[in-house]
Amino acid sequence: MPIAEELAKKQKQISVAEFFEKNKQILGFDSLNRALITCVKEAVDNALDACEEAGVLPDILVKIEEVDKDEYKITVEDNGPGIIKSQIPHVFGRLLYGSRFHSLKQSRGQQGIGISAAVLYSQLTTGKAAIITSKIGEGFPAHKVELIIDTKTNYPRIIKEEMIHWEKKSGTRIELFVRGKYVKNRKQSVYEYLRGTAIVNPHAHMVFIEPDGNEIVFERVTEEMPSQPREIKPHPYGIELGTLLKMLKETKAKKVSSFLATEFSSVSPSKARDVVRRAGIDENKRPHEVTLEEAKAILEAFKGIKLMAPPTDCLSPIGEVLIKRGLRKETMQLSPEFISTDTRQPKVFAGTPFMVETGIVYGGNLPKEERVEILRFANRVPLLYQEGGCVITEAIKNMDWRRYGLEQKGGKGIPYGPAIILVHVASVNIPFTSESKEAIASVEEIEKEIRLSLQQCARRLKTHLSKKVKKEKAKNKFLLISKILPEIARKCAEILNKPVPPIDNVITQIMNIVWIDDEVVKKDGAVESRIRVMNYKDKKQKFVLYAEIPDRKFVQAIEPEPLEVRDRIIKWEVEVEPAEKKEYVFRMDGKEVDFDENNLYVLGIDPVNVVGAEKWEGEK
Amino acid sequence: MSTLDDLRKIAEKIYSDLEKGKVPSITLASRTKSNIVFDDRYRVWKYGEQKTTRSAVSLPGAYMLLRTIYVMDFIRKMIEEGKTSTLRELYYISEGWGEAKFNAQDESDKLAEDLEIITGRMREDFKLRPEEDGARVIGDIVIEERTRKGEKRRIHCQDDVGDAGYSIPYNVEKDKLNFVEVNADKIIAVETGGMFDRLVENRFDEKSNSILVHLKGQPARSTRRFIKRMNEELNLPVIVFTDGDPWSYRIYASVAYGAIKTAHISEYLATPSAQFLGVTPSDILNYDLPSDDLNKEDVAALQSELSDPRFNDEFWLEEIKLQLEIKKKAEQQALAKYGLDYVTDVYLPEKMAEMGYEV
Repeated sequence: MPIAEELAKKQKQISVAEFFEKNKQILGFDSLNRALITCVKEAVDNALDACEEAGVLPDILVKIEEVDKDEYKITVEDNGPGIIKSQIPHVFGRLLYGSRFHSLKQSRGQQGIGISAAVLYSQLTTGKAAIITSKIGEGFPAHKVELIIDTKTNYPRIIKEEMIHWEKKSGTRIELFVRGKYVKNRKQSVYEYLRGTAIVNPHAHMVFIEPDGNEIVFERVTEEMPSQPREIKPHPYGIELGTLLKMLKETKAKKVSSFLATEFSSVSPSKARDVVRRAGIDENKRPHEVTLEEAKAILEAFKGIKLMAPPTDCLSPIGEVLIKRGLRKETMQLSPEFISTDTRQPKVFAGTPFMVETGIVYGGNLPKEERVEILRFANRVPLLYQEGGCVITEAIKNMDWRRYGLEQKGGKGIPYGPAIILVHVASVNIPFTSESKEAIASVEEIEKEIRLSLQQCARRLKTHLSKKVKKEKAKNKFLLISKILPEIARKCAEILNKPVPPIDNVITQIMNIVWIDDEVVKKDGAVESRIRVMNYKDKKQKFVLYAEIPDRKFVQAIEPEPLEVRDRIIKWEVEVEPAEKKEYVFRMDGKEVDFDENNLYVLGIDPVNVVGAEKWEGEK
Repeated sequence: MSTLDDLRKIAEKIYSDLEKGKVPSITLASRTKSNIVFDDRYRVWKYGEQKTTRSAVSLPGAYMLLRTIYVMDFIRKMIEEGKTSTLRELYYISEGWGEAKFNAQDESDKLAEDLEIITGRMREDFKLRPEEDGARVIGDIVIEERTRKGEKRRIHCQDDVGDAGYSIPYNVEKDKLNFVEVNADKIIAVETGGMFDRLVENRFDEKSNSILVHLKGQPARSTRRFIKRMNEELNLPVIVFTDGDPWSYRIYASVAYGAIKTAHISEYLATPSAQFLGVTPSDILNYDLPSDDLNKEDVAALQSELSDPRFNDEFWLEEIKLQLEIKKKAEQQALAKYGLDYVTDVYLPEKMAEMGYEV
């Protein structure tokens, strides 16, 4: 049953304050640390939503100050469209105001209970009012309102209001005084919540000021706003009885059949009549008059008919490139050697569209001996609690990570190694395990998508790791021929008092390969890839070299003249004499592409004789 | 041919490989368990026919060649200047050798041994010596040692030494050390310091008319050479007394048959007639000794010994199998269960009587 109805029922019997006290845990206020995080989270989610709905790139300030022992002042300020004065009390001062449950949309609001819960927590624990300041545009005054919630009536009461001058063009600021506890260096902390938020909201710029005055800036990595998720109507396969009853009561449709055809997705008028017939109800019956038994029959009938899947273009993914940039930025100080991300196509479970995106960060200064870090997200909101009971963790545990280069005892459980695993699930209705909304329920379809997506990232990691091993070997050879061998010749000659012997022949014999070496350099907004080909064989070599590119439209320059450029590859004809070196370079627009590693292939030469490139097997 | 000539030949081989455009390499006996064979003439285990090649085709091989040349050059200078250095000093001196520098002392120690194998010379010829001091000796024997002042000094290993005994120097060759007079009629080599001191305190050297030698765990070359010389020159039988665990059996094996690491000089270090006294796995049962459970490494070591040609005789196979069965090991000092004098009053006399000695 949706929480609203549960709450509504309970509200009749007890006051909000009582209800709040009894349900602290499901509302996310059960410990002082968590309460502080939840308040920040509600305010930041609100701020991001406000900016996105108005199409404004979010600029968000989060400030936490210590007022007293266990008492903090939280300030969250955005640059959104602002809220008109008359709406301020309703938005911040009424529990569950404006919740709609019969249209579905991928939104942050699905998490938590809303900003009013934070306002209530604040007044219940410190007795202080919430202060809201908002301005709706240039030329308008800013309104500053101090309010509390009347816990008997669940209605806002304004304590004080005034008009003030605010430099900001538009935006909203909320100030709350709460009992809480500020912790650092823990998975469950305000900092980690904001870091996670920054990774999956790469379009947001956030400044965080900690109680000790330390200022942390989460930079924006893209100017691109996420596409607005579309609202869709519920699909019959995912509907619950309570929701159906509520919809029947509130619909404007005159007949049951038209109700079904207009209020649900994927239900045509003929399918609607089919359902009503199967349920044994008169199709002209008024929806308001449908009984509980009849509603149950409708649910039963839904199961018996074949329906199209709901539309899936209603979701707003972050996208591979932007997740990667978010991850790169937030792990910069760890200088990871590899990042891979993946976005799956939308899929459906129980009539509910969802999609999965994942990422893996590997290497650098990440701890080598510890369990990997798991970053879980639902609709762009970090999940900090209940890691053990979440389908994301489950999916990770059930994969055999050993084959991808991580350690895992017995091929099960959370893997060990220098890695971070990110999973984002977006859906119009995330199936949380409980109302605390910190863990996603074990849904087979979702677990499968997470697995497939992680496998994609993990395969790329594996490729990277084996490339690294090969490179390491090549580096050793290079050290051997460039330093050690000449030194052997020199020292031998010195001891024997003879001239230093030539070693070119020996080098050719030791190497006996064509060596391809490459580097990717990022500078001045451009990504430059330099590929060097060295012939350590005793004969001239001629072959075709292929370099993979993200898309030809990003390529700005290629040297020397290539044989051919296609959408995803550049082809060069290579001719090198023994002991000769040649260089092949291409440059791309660094703002548009995220390119870290070359994938190189050769054709027309035995790949056994080549180090640094694979055999070309045609375009994938 | 001098040592220098032998070393020079290695440099010449590498140089001529390079001159001919061949990848330089050095071949030497393979130093593994699978390549030790019994030498009938000396009755010791030595390296067999298997060869290994250190070639510059790989980075480790190239490093080995480069370091070999540097070490060679260093030895040449020492010989010319009449100096010696410890193996540890060799390791530290390599700090200044650029790419040829050793990363750890086992690398330089191993290279010194490789050079012995390639040239058939001893590291003493290379003016290299270990930093470990030799072990201690107590017993009725008179040794004449040439001191660093060049004098010859006679030392009676009971009357002229303290309770810690006579210390074996790193060089025990005839130019340095000789046996003058002996009244003892056997040698007992003891693994642990604790047991050595117990036997000394109980005056077992006098009671049993033995020379007690402390092995200090895996015995140093000089200790093994010292025992070997007493055995050969004075015709004294050797009894080895160790803990009852797989590692101690290897200590016995290195005294009696030669160590895998130094199999190229086994005939020079090993005493094939040395007998193992105990503690045996049978002793653990027969004397009901306090024991510990075998750990994973112990079991693996015992199993490896089952395939070690040095232990391939009836006595050892039976004892090792018994130990794997009872899964127990015991220390020499476990005999203290029956009192401090039990080892010298009961255990050793009984065991030695079994071996045909009168005590």
